[in-house]
Amino acid sequence: MPKKVLDARNVTVTYRTEKGLLDTVRKVSLQICSGEIYGLVGESGSGKSTLARAIVRYLPENGFLKNGEIYLGDSDLLTLSKSEMRRVWGGRVTMVHQDPNAAVNPSVMIGEQIAEVARTHLKMSRQEAKDKALEMLTKVRMADPEAVARRYAHQLSGGMLQRVLIAIAMTTNPELLIMDEPTTALDVTTEAVILDLIGDLMREYDTAVLYITHNLGVVARVCNRVGVLYAGEMMEEGSIGQVFKNKLHPYTRGLLGCVPRVDVNKKDISLKAIPGYIPRPDQLPPGCVFAPRCELAEGACREARPPLAEIESGHLTACRRYKALRSYGDVVADTRDAHEELEYGELVLEARNVKKYFPVAGSLPFLSKVRKQEVKAVDDITVRMRHSFTMGIVGESGCGKTTFARCIMGLEEATAGEIELEGELLPYSVAKRPPETLRKMQMVFQNPDASLNPQHPAGEAVARPLKLLRRMDKKALQDRVRELFEAVNLPEDYIYRLPHELSGGEKQRVAIARAFAADPTLMICDEPISSLDVSVQASLMNLLVDLQESKGTSYLFISHDLAAVRHLSDWIAVVYLGRLWEIGSAEDVFVPPYHPYTEALLSALPIPDPDVRQESIRLKGSVPSAMNIPSGCRFHTRCPRKIGAICENEEPPWQNTGYYHQLCCHIPADELLVLQGYGLLKKGERGAGK
Amino acid sequence: MSETMNALNQKQTRSKSISTLKRLRRYPTTLIGFITVFLFLIIALFGPLLAPYAYTAQNLPNKLQPPSEEHIFGTDQFGRDVYSRILVGSRDVLSVAGSGTALAVFFGLLLGLFSGYRGGLFDELIMRAMDVILSIPPLLLAMVILFSLGPSRVNVIIVVGFLYIPMVARVVRSVVLDLKTRQFIEAARLRGENSLYLLYKEILPNILPHLAVEASMRFSYSIFLVASLGFLGLGVQPPSPDWGLMVGEARTWFHQARWVLFFPAGAIALLVVGVGFMSDGLRRMLLPGGVSDA
Repeated sequence: MPKKVLDARNVTVTYRTEKGLLDTVRKVSLQICSGEIYGLVGESGSGKSTLARAIVRYLPENGFLKNGEIYLGDSDLLTLSKSEMRRVWGGRVTMVHQDPNAAVNPSVMIGEQIAEVARTHLKMSRQEAKDKALEMLTKVRMADPEAVARRYAHQLSGGMLQRVLIAIAMTTNPELLIMDEPTTALDVTTEAVILDLIGDLMREYDTAVLYITHNLGVVARVCNRVGVLYAGEMMEEGSIGQVFKNKLHPYTRGLLGCVPRVDVNKKDISLKAIPGYIPRPDQLPPGCVFAPRCELAEGACREARPPLAEIESGHLTACRRYKALRSYGDVVADTRDAHEELEYGELVLEARNVKKYFPVAGSLPFLSKVRKQEVKAVDDITVRMRHSFTMGIVGESGCGKTTFARCIMGLEEATAGEIELEGELLPYSVAKRPPETLRKMQMVFQNPDASLNPQHPAGEAVARPLKLLRRMDKKALQDRVRELFEAVNLPEDYIYRLPHELSGGEKQRVAIARAFAADPTLMICDEPISSLDVSVQASLMNLLVDLQESKGTSYLFISHDLAAVRHLSDWIAVVYLGRLWEIGSAEDVFVPPYHPYTEALLSALPIPDPDVRQESIRLKGSVPSAMNIPSGCRFHTRCPRKIGAICENEEPPWQNTGYYHQLCCHIPADELLVLQGYGLLKKGERGAGK
Repeated sequence: MSETMNALNQKQTRSKSISTLKRLRRYPTTLIGFITVFLFLIIALFGPLLAPYAYTAQNLPNKLQPPSEEHIFGTDQFGRDVYSRILVGSRDVLSVAGSGTALAVFFGLLLGLFSGYRGGLFDELIMRAMDVILSIPPLLLAMVILFSLGPSRVNVIIVVGFLYIPMVARVVRSVVLDLKTRQFIEAARLRGENSLYLLYKEILPNILPHLAVEASMRFSYSIFLVASLGFLGLGVQPPSPDWGLMVGEARTWFHQARWVLFFPAGAIALLVVGVGFMSDGLRRMLLPGGVSDA
């Protein structure tokens, strides 16, 4: 019988704000046993982090615990004094944060930072602490721990830093470890390695873990139990199997329906977005907090708040109508009308052998004798795109996806190559392109906060391209702006709002309206949804699909999120270190034979279904610097299927594995097929979700 | 936690005007700063009307009198009423320092804007020129210029402007460099906006809050500089009741009549501190998340 480590009952957290006292977390109870990983999920603003901080009494000055009892093991945390709490923090309870760069002291050596914890909390001598630091670095599977111990934070990659943080957190062998989105800032491949590490370490240490995340795939992979938090209240709680298989709350079901699946795409289903927004803590509905966004809500739901009831052993829900939910079926997504395959449309974009090298300029370059170095961000990429077609580009960060897109748009001047739009050769720089070309190509950027001018009303952002590229008069302009706002599902009065009055998703809708304003034939989407909540992501993806259907625009969709790319794209290109390694139709790229890099990306992808068994193929280290590109096959330094010297010395050949699919590898495609077996998804399974 | 706070922040910005007032109350120093500056402005506007005596009215028999009912700040070496002179003198300080600041802000904005936007050699040349000005101690430079131009009100204004152009230009340039890489600027380039539009419609409005904060800071330094120059006799010439000049003249009589020095010096200190508080407050209100309560 595992021991109960954390027992928090009826916790209510209140903030003193200018609007008075606001209860941001209300009556949440949480129990975590030793050796258990408890996942806490919810959208932003649901109070996940507040709850975690309240549990260890680490709230900011304007926050306090209004109600509740919190026990850590046998001690009642609420009765401890400040100085006693200080011994608990960092000793019995430790924390791993989202941003590893901010959590490590940049001016102290890594080894010393771990040793310091050992000296303070474990009362070790200098030498013992030093040994302990090395032991911890080995435990988190750091290659060459002695060298790492002597390094500083800026010399380590994000994934390595996160491992250092885990090492620091585990040094004292804590009873409770709180992880607040520890892998959100990392690449999928790095994330997979860290998640494996967390799973293994927790088995070894028997620590209780509170794992906060918004990613249901991650929860399905590492957690034992999960709690779904919404607007500061617990909606559903249970074991992974219970919650993912037998969802008893419409919010859980909604969240899962928002996540695109790798086995089907936009032609098969559209994502089921949750309408509306999370209520703010000062505008809570009187009944069930989720009722305003719930399709099952009935009169009684809106009147009184339903209690959290235990339906099966250990499975709790705050939904009154969970029985109705069961009979409602497990429709996670809308089935779309089957529509004909798109014909082979006209060629819209052809980019041939595009290269972009950035010179590395030191200070006073003419004085130094060092050979001029170059970062080869994009090194020979060729793509072709047809009308009403979506090309997805995937790859880890730093592989040149964004630079490639910026070269096509002319925001970066390509070093070499030809970019043709509808058969017309384009100048490299955007400043030299005629207005008609500009009209045909538009872009949606990654960061919604930076993509709108904070001083201009939303309507003006949309009106400018109309004025400039379409030369519309005032009357037509106003009508068109209104039309565009309607097309992106924004109410008309948003035209006059300033960006700070909009949420992230709304800003991105305005940015999409702006990009569509001039009726482009090609739109480049550079990670347009990656910084948003899942439910917002789903509605934006649906919006993009709808707009494409009605306008016939082609998308170049860049993302590190394979599931999103799979959902939206007809054609997928896999990029690594500035070059293409695999290209083909979306169906073919995601089934074997695939390039070993694609295989690694796919097996790293967290899938929100505890039953999916993925092969664990993990990449070592991080992407090499684009200044020193490995010889031969660029991927050989990390390739799990490297065959020998040939990979290091010779550039691999392109192989056609089908009419719609090519990959670039030394291993013959037939052999890859044998090695990879059926892969993640069998071909026959496609569309099984219907 | 951060998520919730973001939600709360968002709410705050939604009702910006209300919360600005509320925030003012949360920071009493800011309020004090604004009130002080406001009072000094009133004094400058109506000073001569409020003054009980003419600032030039001499009364030699009553020279160097301590504060009394007739002369609440006492009298100076010519028997002039110190209180009246301070009231009237506020005009000189505020107008000279204000005009100098305006000059610096105007040219600093232009230089910083173009330098940051154009980049390259142009930027390099301008910024190195600014470095040259900054590398000379300001008071020394001001003295050299005023010695050659001759001390006068206009020349002091020119000197103050000239000395503070580099600081304003640097601040503006750094903001431009930051804004230039933002995606809304790239979006504007993608729709073919010309440089003029980019500079005046996209970039300039986003600089204004930074500029307001910088201008208020420059203003407080200008007051200091104007007073220092007056003290050295290089500013506004007698018999003008310049505060710095008054302090300079009162030095001689310090042992007999401390109040003659104390009151104008106190007025300078009060104004500088007031403007400082105000500029701190402006920073808090216009550039939230920037410095103190981030």
